[in-house]
Amino acid sequence: MHLAGEIILLIGAIFVFLGALGLLRMPDVYNRIQVGTKAVTLGSIGIIIGVALINPLWWSKLLVILGFILLTSPVSSSAITKAFYRSGIAPWRETEKNKNQDEKEASL
Amino acid sequence: MKKNSSPYLLTFFACWLLWLLLTASFATDELLSGFLISLVISLITAPKMNILNGLNFHWAFLIGLVRYLVYFFYALIKANLDLAKRVLSKDMKINPRMVEIETTMQSDLGKLFLANSITLTPGTLTVDVNENRLLVHWIDCPENTDLDAITHTIVSKFENYLKGFVR
Amino acid sequence: MTTLTIIALGFIAVAALFTLYRLLFGPSNADRIISADALSLITAVFLLFLALIFDSVLYLDIALVYSILSFVGIIALARVIETKTNNSKNLGED
Repeated sequence: MHLAGEIILLIGAIFVFLGALGLLRMPDVYNRIQVGTKAVTLGSIGIIIGVALINPLWWSKLLVILGFILLTSPVSSSAITKAFYRSGIAPWRETEKNKNQDEKEASL
Repeated sequence: MKKNSSPYLLTFFACWLLWLLLTASFATDELLSGFLISLVISLITAPKMNILNGLNFHWAFLIGLVRYLVYFFYALIKANLDLAKRVLSKDMKINPRMVEIETTMQSDLGKLFLANSITLTPGTLTVDVNENRLLVHWIDCPENTDLDAITHTIVSKFENYLKGFVR
Repeated sequence: MTTLTIIALGFIAVAALFTLYRLLFGPSNADRIISADALSLITAVFLLFLALIFDSVLYLDIALVYSILSFVGIIALARVIETKTNNSKNLGED
């Protein structure tokens, strides 16, 4: 139980690390949000489950934290992306090109 | 369940459940104070909890919820493995694009769940929700393929599972 | 504390450093905001580790409140950005 908990903890930490790496490597804001939200969220879920396995008495509080993170992390990233998009931050060059193409196709 | 009393009951039990989970004890005074506080909160806030109308109670409510959660975690893990591969590869193979998709979810709660699911699953991020259209940022949109068909596959699976417990 | 926990903590620390880099040198303010978002989640996760290390349940409450506060902060920031752009657009149209 203890060892399984620690292994899941480590996997979660690796996903958080990958999320941060993606935040560093991705070319524009929108892709960074994608990587940041997804990987860091799954990483924190893994860490919460790991802590719950190591210390089973804490499960109820950890369950509340898990539910809260699952519900709010996508909402906050969605809200901030919407704000960026409305304020006219252009997506990465290739995205922009494709979008213009789409608009042309739609108008035709 | 009666139409007018259900929001009160729902908020009350949600508050009390949260209280029980946070205190993690079954002492009588804890239970009693939690009961009183959630009673007051539910009396004040229930008339404004319109979002709870989206919940669709029927005989298979819990089964629908569990099936959705299982599929959701499966999709989340798949998404992250895909993402890890993409982050670690030398030349990140990305082709980001904004696409619009239509949803058949009717309630706000259904749209919230759908948008959250889309955000946490392979390569997609919900940007905006308008009536029944979702604006989605897609990190690796395939070229030269029928966009409608693919967007359909993104949404329809989740919608199938979500319809088990929300409108 | 076992070796595995220490390795996991190391990964978290490096992740925090990466997000901190984006926070300090991010090319635009948008990058700074999203890295602050990610960093707040990483901090909440770090508080879970502290709960394990000191074997105290109090840190879980701190983690919960921390994540609630960061969520509210991000939503407020998003609102500010949106209203700002709406106002400037209206001014431009007038």
